[in-house]
Amino acid sequence: MSTKETLFDTSEITVSMGPQHPSTHGVLQVKLKLDGERVLDAECVIGYLHRGVEKLGEAQTYGQFVPTLDRMDYIAAVSNCLGFCETIEKLLGVTAPPRAQYIRVIMTELNRITSHLLWLGTHALDIGAMTVFLYAFREREEILKIFENYCGARLTTHMFRIGGTQYEIYDGFQDQVRTFINDFPKKVDEYETLLTENRIWLERTRGVGVLSAKDAIDLGVTGPALRGSGVEWDIRKAKPYAVYPDFQFDIPVGEHGDTYDRYMVRIQEMRQSARIVSQGIEKIPDGPLMAKMSKIIKPPIGDIYHSIEAPKGELGYYVVSDGSTQAYRTRVRPPSFVNLQALRKMVAGHMVADVVAIIGTLDIVLGEIDR
Amino acid sequence: MADEEKDNQQTEKPAGPAKPVPPAPAPPGEPKAAVPKPPPPPGAKPAAPAAPPKPKGPQQEPWSSPLVDAIKEKFGGEFIKSYSFIGQNQIEVKKDRIAEIMTFLRDNTIVPFNYLVDETAVHWPKDEQFEIVYILYSFPKNEHVRVKTRIKEFEEIESVVSVWTTADWLEREVYDMFGVRYANHPNLKRILLPEDWVGYPLRKDYNIRLQDVEWVRKHLGIDSGQKFYVGEARHEDTGYITPSG
Repeated sequence: MSTKETLFDTSEITVSMGPQHPSTHGVLQVKLKLDGERVLDAECVIGYLHRGVEKLGEAQTYGQFVPTLDRMDYIAAVSNCLGFCETIEKLLGVTAPPRAQYIRVIMTELNRITSHLLWLGTHALDIGAMTVFLYAFREREEILKIFENYCGARLTTHMFRIGGTQYEIYDGFQDQVRTFINDFPKKVDEYETLLTENRIWLERTRGVGVLSAKDAIDLGVTGPALRGSGVEWDIRKAKPYAVYPDFQFDIPVGEHGDTYDRYMVRIQEMRQSARIVSQGIEKIPDGPLMAKMSKIIKPPIGDIYHSIEAPKGELGYYVVSDGSTQAYRTRVRPPSFVNLQALRKMVAGHMVADVVAIIGTLDIVLGEIDR
Repeated sequence: MADEEKDNQQTEKPAGPAKPVPPAPAPPGEPKAAVPKPPPPPGAKPAAPAAPPKPKGPQQEPWSSPLVDAIKEKFGGEFIKSYSFIGQNQIEVKKDRIAEIMTFLRDNTIVPFNYLVDETAVHWPKDEQFEIVYILYSFPKNEHVRVKTRIKEFEEIESVVSVWTTADWLEREVYDMFGVRYANHPNLKRILLPEDWVGYPLRKDYNIRLQDVEWVRKHLGIDSGQKFYVGEARHEDTGYITPSG
């Protein structure tokens, strides 16, 4: 540098945030180029949690691979499982029986609530509202207890099988879910009293990390982040799967595409999920849990893409079958991976403290990004 | 697992009129000792399909639409075929003008595919080819389409980052996992694996086990305890590990 530097000059510096930073929600490293406290540019360094899930999918049979997928987005393992089971069912031409379909929808929506609760708690904690974390985890625990009663696991659940579900619902399942769901809207009101009109929360989230609808589509952002930008698009409505057409629910959308709108979208989504569960729990049909199919799963030769609306966005599976018991290629289209790409655009021009808020608002899980 | 393999072998057999007596069920406790099976050849996948694939099951059906006709008209020589498989529409094209074709798919007025859902690759080592798969979605028309193109080893393909920004990381991942090189990509480097990683893991000739043994030896200084097969060796130039003896 040729110009003479003085004590009061500002100069660009590069700061490495993570991979052990508590607010990066895992092992994400963000390299920030700063001018004072203002972010000029950012680069994400990912891959610290890479386990080669797609390669494992080529080395295991279809049935064996399903539990591995729970380890991707471990916050919403039920969605991962549902997506893959439906993909293979579609390729096989098998449909799960209605009873299994209803159990699937109820569990997936409960899982969406746990995922959003974890997001809400940690996102608020990052921004400095500590109480919400304790409240959110209180309700999350109730759902995890239901999961534990149903299948024995709390996070990596492996609830469904290709062709249906493995387990019958337990005695008292409906009562337990009903009790939870009846109380839940009041609990969401509690979170909202803490945040929605909280002045500090508004200051920290309004106008932070604005993503226009055009940019969001160009960057492939999906899920609540896309809906926060005002695009009314949800795969449950656009390309319905499972038995979602049987349910009444709305798609909440934001207006400005900022962190506050994405917060409101997720809060509303929790209410809508509760609505879906309360409808489903009343009309679980009788019947078998598994479709009639061979125990050896050998899909026909060909390829298929199927996607579902996971809590974080579009979770897609692209599977190429060579007619054997193992997939020739399994590709996971992870929502967090694609959404994280928008970080660079969203943080430019903001303060370092806002980077924390924006990482939180994207709702990423590194297990899914790195696979 | 042992039971599953056994089931599999039974279902493999064509159901002849005179069904042979099934082997006596293995006594509990020692399922393997009961029937002396010849050991499987090293590296062989369990349950390789012996019988030719049955003709039943879903087949590729011809598919055409105004959009396909428009592509044929505009990029005549580049178009290979279009078909539908289990209700999913697919277009196969040649790789040379892929960025132009993608721009056309995004900007056309018939079905504007404004969202690149996914871009990935499939390795077909027998043909020494990589199949690059683009999954597109149109928000206005609520439609999916898959565009496929094939490139040979060491061939470059045009990047579509200029068409959809999403492709940036997706193409970096394909490069990272398959070694497919993109022309005009703004930042083509590894994304999930470390910069100094040797080889491309999702290629079919990439041996995970040997890679693991080497990594453990290099970074932890111990023997990983993984078993080797005779003849596994790392290729001097490319770094790929071939299981052939």
